[in-house]
Amino acid sequence: MTATIRWFKYSSPPAFYPLAGALAPWFFAAAAVFGAMGLYVGFFVAPTDAQQGEAYRIIFIHVASAWMSMFLYVVMAFWAGVGVAFNTRLSSMMASAVAPTGALMTFIALWTGALWGKPMWGAWWVWDARLTSELILLFLYIGFMSLQAAIDDPRRADRAGAVIALVGVVNVPIIYFSVQWWNTLHQGASVSITRSPSMAATMLTGMLLMALAFWMYGIAVVLLRVRCIILERERNADWVKQLPEPRR
Amino acid sequence: MNWGSVAAFLAMGGYAGFVWGSYGVTGLCIALEMTLLVARHRRLRRKTR
Repeated sequence: MTATIRWFKYSSPPAFYPLAGALAPWFFAAAAVFGAMGLYVGFFVAPTDAQQGEAYRIIFIHVASAWMSMFLYVVMAFWAGVGVAFNTRLSSMMASAVAPTGALMTFIALWTGALWGKPMWGAWWVWDARLTSELILLFLYIGFMSLQAAIDDPRRADRAGAVIALVGVVNVPIIYFSVQWWNTLHQGASVSITRSPSMAATMLTGMLLMALAFWMYGIAVVLLRVRCIILERERNADWVKQLPEPRR
Repeated sequence: MNWGSVAAFLAMGGYAGFVWGSYGVTGLCIALEMTLLVARHRRLRRKTR
């Protein structure tokens, strides 16, 4: 017997809605497990930093959220682009579902950065390349969401949003390489592909665990949100009316 | 183990406000996002029946 997996089956909202609902709890569980491990390593295993004392422990959420803020933007632009190119409803819904979490991650990266910058640099905020381009990322997310909210017809909103999402994607490499291209107060990358990490192994482990936790959380929350968006956009469809009673 | 006592852990080497301010706000944001989403989904399910 040959089992053919029909991948495209899940590109239709009625098929994806229950799948997303079944997957989300597992991603939340994975996020909780990685998060607990990351926090344990970050606070109890990783040593005190020689230069920054205990303040450096902000790194475990700062780097994880900053990575997610950039990664989610690329994911959002990808789905927005696919939605426009192939006119697939679910792709555009995915793009809309990613945006608020991306904006939240950007906010967390900026907030934790300010609380780290104050004790280390003596300033909550400086207008340098890394910080400014990350702030522009927040504005891009907010612009995408407000533009979509301002247009009543969802398909037109999807296309307009896709323009912002795709144009704004140039900002992501600018954020990433800003610490190399410009003279900046922000420290360089602690982790890179070309050389070994410039930090203690346990610090790196904690950081990667927290990044995994944020990644799992991001997937879980986007799945929950895309379920809401599907219900909002398809509320008049028969399959929505025939959904089983929600569990109390 | 880095910390001799609970007090030392909470003090974060003098950076308590910065470290806990970061972790606290992050935790709040995550809790708020999840709560709002679950409520939004529940509301939608009630409406579409």
